[in-house]
Amino acid sequence: MNTALTKSVALRETLPTVFGYIGIGIAFGVLGHAAGLSLGLVVLMSLITYAGSAQFVAVSMLAGGSSILSIILAVFLINSRFILMSMSVAQYFKKESTMKNIVLASLLTDESYALAMNKVNYTQGQLSFEWLNTVNLISYGIWAGASGLGAWLGTTIRHPEALGLDFALVAMFIGLVYLQLISDRQLGYGLQLVMIGLTLVLVYGALIFIPKNFVVLVVTLLACGIGVLLKHVRN
Amino acid sequence: MSETSRVILTIFGTGLVTWLSRVLPFAVLKKIRLPKIVLEYLSFVPIVSMSALWFDNLFIQHLGQVPTVNVDYLLATFPAVVTAVMTKSLLAVVLVGMAALALIRYL
Repeated sequence: MNTALTKSVALRETLPTVFGYIGIGIAFGVLGHAAGLSLGLVVLMSLITYAGSAQFVAVSMLAGGSSILSIILAVFLINSRFILMSMSVAQYFKKESTMKNIVLASLLTDESYALAMNKVNYTQGQLSFEWLNTVNLISYGIWAGASGLGAWLGTTIRHPEALGLDFALVAMFIGLVYLQLISDRQLGYGLQLVMIGLTLVLVYGALIFIPKNFVVLVVTLLACGIGVLLKHVRN
Repeated sequence: MSETSRVILTIFGTGLVTWLSRVLPFAVLKKIRLPKIVLEYLSFVPIVSMSALWFDNLFIQHLGQVPTVNVDYLLATFPAVVTAVMTKSLLAVVLVGMAALALIRYL
């Protein structure tokens, strides 16, 4: 990460996330194809719903014959973590026009959010429309393309997991957590280490009681509250 | 209703609710100033959400029972963490992580 907020820098900084999108996008296309969606519908879902893990859920529910309303509700609940992420990133774009805010918000993803939050550690808390919009657009294009490719490959690739592509996103979050840890001066090193440990414990516990797709949301809501308490106790 | 129109309705319905989750906070926050305590709460979202997205991939869920460890992913995690510390490069972490997992599965 460097301090510039231009398009070309954004292009370079989005590169690591591209592997994640390709891996998961192809996997989604393969699954969508297996669930009976045409290539066109697979790509349409990636363009319109544009929601990573929630798309997997939607496709499985469609194949299982769930009602449209229950699918919409499930997708909304899974994606309500975006409310938190949007609130946290919106702080940096208060001066931009409403239209630019809507454009940025419409294509925000877990990954572009995480990249942006890492980026502000290097830019004295600044983000630019050009930078985040470029990151978002690359992600959007790659995601749609990869899911189309997956739907097309659906009949030929038997073992996409042999390439290790499914680990790309996990690896990226590992890298992002580390970069966040060493660069976020707002919370500091010690408190963040405590938060990472706390998150691990909460994720483990939550997996016992809460369906996997809601774990990130519930743990984030809970851990951030505990974090605020911890910070006040320490000071 | 045909299967295709059922799918299309689902796509647009899920697209709308997802879009609202993304856009409404931006729209609302342009109008109002958040209290300090909420900003403090939000300052924890990055580290917690990134860690949660990492950790929840390391376990296999058995609802109602304790989760088991995804051993392949856990093994691939170590070289990924080492690469992160050594290079501070996301791209290197992703490439090493993928290569490690492919190797683990091949062995």
